[in-house]
Amino acid sequence: MATSATVHAHAPEGFIRKYIFSLDHKIIGIQYFFLALTAVWVGMFLSLLMRLHLIFPTASLPLIGEIKPEQYLSLLTMHGTIMVFFVLTTAPQGGFGNYFLPIQIGAPDMAFPVLNMLSFWTTFVAFVVMIAAFFVQGGAPLHGWTGYPPLSAIPQAGPGEGLGADLWITSIAIFCLASLMGALNFLTTTLDMRAKGMTLMRMPLTVWSWFITAILGLLAFGVLLSAGILLLLDRNMGTSFYVPLVVVNGQILGHKGGSPLLWQHLFWFFGHPEVYIAILPGMGVTSQILSTFSRKPIFGYKAMVYAMLAIGFFGFMVWGHHMFMSGMSPYSAFAFSILTMCIGVPSAIKTFNWLGTMYKARIRFQTPMLYAIGFVSLFVSGGLSGPFLAQPVLDIQLHDTYFVVGHFHLIMGVAAIFGMFAATYYWVPKMFGRMMNEFWGRIHFFITLLGTYAIFMPMHYLGIAGGTRRYSQYTEVAYLAKLQPIHQFMTYAAIITIAAQFIFVINLFWTIFKGPKASDNPWEATTLEWTTATPPPHDNFGGVTPVVHNGPYEYGVPGAAKDYVMQTDPAISTAGAH
Amino acid sequence: MATYIPTRPLDHIGHDQKPPSPPQGGGDDGRSDGYPNYGARLRRARLGLICAIVTVSMVFISLTSAYIVRRGLPTYDAVKQGYFRDWGEVPLPWLLLAINTAILLVSSITMEGARRQITRRAALAPVQSIPGVSLGEEKNFPWLAITVVLGFGFLLGQWLAWGELKARGFFVNTNPDSSFIYLFTGAHALHLFGGVVAMIWAGVTSLLHRPVEARRIAIDVTAWYWHFMAVLWIYLFALFGFMR
Repeated sequence: MATSATVHAHAPEGFIRKYIFSLDHKIIGIQYFFLALTAVWVGMFLSLLMRLHLIFPTASLPLIGEIKPEQYLSLLTMHGTIMVFFVLTTAPQGGFGNYFLPIQIGAPDMAFPVLNMLSFWTTFVAFVVMIAAFFVQGGAPLHGWTGYPPLSAIPQAGPGEGLGADLWITSIAIFCLASLMGALNFLTTTLDMRAKGMTLMRMPLTVWSWFITAILGLLAFGVLLSAGILLLLDRNMGTSFYVPLVVVNGQILGHKGGSPLLWQHLFWFFGHPEVYIAILPGMGVTSQILSTFSRKPIFGYKAMVYAMLAIGFFGFMVWGHHMFMSGMSPYSAFAFSILTMCIGVPSAIKTFNWLGTMYKARIRFQTPMLYAIGFVSLFVSGGLSGPFLAQPVLDIQLHDTYFVVGHFHLIMGVAAIFGMFAATYYWVPKMFGRMMNEFWGRIHFFITLLGTYAIFMPMHYLGIAGGTRRYSQYTEVAYLAKLQPIHQFMTYAAIITIAAQFIFVINLFWTIFKGPKASDNPWEATTLEWTTATPPPHDNFGGVTPVVHNGPYEYGVPGAAKDYVMQTDPAISTAGAH
Repeated sequence: MATYIPTRPLDHIGHDQKPPSPPQGGGDDGRSDGYPNYGARLRRARLGLICAIVTVSMVFISLTSAYIVRRGLPTYDAVKQGYFRDWGEVPLPWLLLAINTAILLVSSITMEGARRQITRRAALAPVQSIPGVSLGEEKNFPWLAITVVLGFGFLLGQWLAWGELKARGFFVNTNPDSSFIYLFTGAHALHLFGGVVAMIWAGVTSLLHRPVEARRIAIDVTAWYWHFMAVLWIYLFALFGFMR
């Protein structure tokens, strides 16, 4: 391994500097990971309450009592918000990105370590403020994770729309600031701190995915921040950006002339790129794992990079497809529809390349690989319903039904979660120096895969049959009551799937403390994190700077002693001299 | 040394058969020789600043888009059964704002003076450390302090402008135009205040006897940010002017 000597940076001593207010990107990555893990259990518990309520609408749950309709809406709002912001945005980018981006490009840390720490603790504060909304008078807000005004802009509109909604918006605004700091750090680190030889086209696809995600974050979160400030002003300063003349309980409020659609435009200009912020890192890690466990170079590396760039680019042009119901001009709807379907092209390129990577490969079916294949499966299943919803005519029929819930949970929710599971099983050996249990990993995978399909596939049928979403009770309406058996099936599937997540958590914590020791490169992978010690030292490479000679996916190289060639191995380069 | 053939040939293979050149690309992590690499740090700080400018721009672009859309929206009057525009133009204190603009432009020039001063000092620092070498009397013109004063002057001017608007009966919730005027100027003032804090911080670092190169990075980045604040203000000024 070619290296150049450097000064070895010393790790800070003392618990607080080392583990709490750490500047080390690896500790910060782990902090993000555990924050997201906490958040996902909160979000999952809320979904369990919702599912139980849907099949036992009048039941009194232990400790919680009967869930009233407005409480159901609060659960829905907080489930969506916590999952989208504090899980799907936090874990793949803040967690794994923070930990592995600097190592994979051969850097000792992020470009701005203090900003990195600040970014995590700001996210933490945002999470605390969000959770606080449960405990204030009126409880959590009712307006859904999309926060449409006028409901979200009028404190008198319902319980939870008072202080709870203010906390919700404030939390989102704080989260925007944290994400912007993070994105700035990711971009600068990727552009400026790559090791010698780590050209852009030698970066692992994980790094590309974090890089493109950071670009999306940098452009999108500022818009949500502006939108949130306007909403706060409407709520607290009496302005009328979003609120038209409104009558609440017979009382005319002081607002007039505002446009609720203005919020929808600003929100979805952020909201659609946010979908890709959630899924792109999953695409990156899936590419990485499929190549590693297929023992083949990724099929079409450059095509994968350009496809991700295209997805990011088109992601900013399609926000209107969330608003077909808003009465927009058919010409606008047509443009948004065409552009939305354009995203199918790079998505299909990626899927084709993933399948091409696995084609005729000697696949090692270990847990990370199973989850990566699961990601592809869910991405295809969830993605195929996308072109349906991209048609304005169909969308008007399906928009307010469970079809949409099934679609985005499969592609944005569970596929991204499978990316995180794949990343966890793949990188925990490097992060904590111990191997996760393979047997329980597989059990966890199969229950989760079948469970998620059992929960979310029936939603499509439910939606086509006219099963409306967001309602707290379906038993009182004759045609909806007939669909109740589907809800019962989904709830039982959810209970089993949630129970299976205990397997994952026990496996994770057992591994961290008791698992068998991992070698430096247990998966025989090629990227830079596998060239260093396990777990990596404070400055990542123990006082040396790696020099990169190869692309990231040199598997099955003819003539090589092993079936993989590390990125730092100069042998391939010297072959050119012959 | 292995002599195997790559599956994906490197760039130079097949072109000229020359010995491989050292790997290209990549950044410098700034720790190559045991000293902090100030050049790399400056480049990194500027890159970070560009990202920050992009995101601040996105905030103002989205507010502008909201401004234009909201301005064009009619509102429905249930009594008259028809649509009408409720925009309501705010008479701005143009003279005060023009003076403010002039203050900000002058402060941008003084900030550039501070930036060039510290750049020169950083460049000459190695020469000055040679015993017996003198570069003549160094000019210690207080560019940074003047800029801080001008920055506060601009903020004071904005405060007076808001007072003037209130005196004319225009508050943040009076009509959509006044809401946006307060929003834009408030958001700009907040960002500009961040720049003043950064300048004060850069001044404090010189009292702390930090290396001139480190101070240079702080002042350089703050200066570019300050220029951006001036450009942003001119943009807002023009926006207010052209939209009425």
